[in-house]
Amino acid sequence: MREFLDMNGYGTYVWSAYGIAIGGLVLSVYLARRQLRLARDEARRRLAMQEVS
Amino acid sequence: MNWVWFHRFGSPPYFYRMAGRWAPWFLALAALLLPVGLYGGLAVAPTDYYQSDVFRIIYVHVPTAYLSVMTYTWMALAAAVALIWRIKVCHAIAAACAPAGAMFTAVALATGMIWGQPTWGTYWAWDPRIISELFVLFFFLGYIALRGAIEDRDRADRSSAVLAVVGVVNVPIVHYSVDWWNSLHQGPTLMRADGPAMPMSMAWPLLVMLASYTFFFVAIMLMRARAEVLRRERGGAWLREELARLGAAT
Amino acid sequence: MAGAAVVVLQRDLLLAARRPGEWLQPLAFFVIVTVLFPLAVEPELSRLRQLAPGALWVALLLASLLALDFLFREDRRDGTLEQYVVSGQSFTALLMAKTAAHWLLTGLPLALVGPLTAISLGAPVQAVPVVLLALLLGSVSLSLIGSIGAGLTLGVRSGGALLSLLVLPLVMPVLVFGARATTLAIAGDDASGALYLLAASGVLSLTLAPLAAAAAVRISLE
Repeated sequence: MREFLDMNGYGTYVWSAYGIAIGGLVLSVYLARRQLRLARDEARRRLAMQEVS
Repeated sequence: MNWVWFHRFGSPPYFYRMAGRWAPWFLALAALLLPVGLYGGLAVAPTDYYQSDVFRIIYVHVPTAYLSVMTYTWMALAAAVALIWRIKVCHAIAAACAPAGAMFTAVALATGMIWGQPTWGTYWAWDPRIISELFVLFFFLGYIALRGAIEDRDRADRSSAVLAVVGVVNVPIVHYSVDWWNSLHQGPTLMRADGPAMPMSMAWPLLVMLASYTFFFVAIMLMRARAEVLRRERGGAWLREELARLGAAT
Repeated sequence: MAGAAVVVLQRDLLLAARRPGEWLQPLAFFVIVTVLFPLAVEPELSRLRQLAPGALWVALLLASLLALDFLFREDRRDGTLEQYVVSGQSFTALLMAKTAAHWLLTGLPLALVGPLTAISLGAPVQAVPVVLLALLLGSVSLSLIGSIGAGLTLGVRSGGALLSLLVLPLVMPVLVFGARATTLAIAGDDASGALYLLAASGVLSLTLAPLAAAAAVRISLE
């Protein structure tokens, strides 16, 4: 397990690279979902205002 | 070519529903493939003779770099279709590509820099492939900036579409830069006429990661495109039904 | 069609003659920037000579970006640009005429002054013909590609900064080839390879840029 983390001395490089890559992926998915949710709420509000007027 | 499908696809409610059905599948598939690829790349693939374990960065660097260019091409294609055939949904698709594309490009550059330090001895180099990849990032950012700066949505769509198409000249440069110039980057390893230069035991995690990232991109793109379609909708009946169907659940 | 284009060209040149400040500014900017380099770095000629290609072309780029501001500004403001679009004449041709006039007022003077500033930065006199040719070819590409950016950012708030962000990635090859040609010329080596590449960029820009710029302006005016 220690050798796995150490990566023959290159541990910092490998794990920071993977961290950035996976982190970026998770962030992208999260932001996309968020955009969809915000757009839905916005559309709902817009429709509600149209109904009122 | 089934033109009926083509035109049906261009209708916002159809696209919205279709994208809503497909996105979860792509996301699930991507999420399933990711640990497989990670395990393969980090644990199973044999240690490289020259680069020791640091070569494993390839399993995140190459997929993100490849995808950054593919995303741009896809965005430019959607933009071109939107301009030529005046299909509004394609503008939504193009807009959806940019944020994810920018993220992939930034990650590709960052992982490349991290890989460069132990292997080339430097975090940065004025190498043609790196520079042209940096330009891809500039183009994505420029696209997003242009969209944000123009208030009228129609004009924003079409102006940024022109920009996307103009910027596509950069894509072949990124790809062929290693052939045209003396570059620090090695030549193509996977897509060669006489088969991959890597042994299969090293190559398979790369293909899995490539597939996983691609499916992630498709899922993200579909989600963001749906959001765009919603924003543009001016109260069609389908919207009312859709939101009522979702009810209070957000 | 050619007649209308010539009319537009003449009009732009005539109007510019009445507003010399407009096109003299980029020129002044160019000279000032190139003078800044020896002031900021040690003014020892052999050192400056190494800097010269980069300094020259970066200054050219920045001055061109500055100059793009007035390519469409007045005509948009007084509605002439819209008149061009609805005139029934080929809008692309009229746009090319405008860009040609703009180059005659900015690119050409910059290219002519460039060799002088290059000499002030330590370039040998023998390098002048190549440097001049490189600047002429490069400035043509810069004007053409710049017109696309100007068209896209027409009337956008803080369009100037956005213009730079959009145009710079597109004109990088011109910068690279131009600086390369200048370096070779200063060293006394054969620069024909780089010059051919500059010429190729110019031809490519000439064929593609007017179409993109015309599309961009049309969209921006709606």
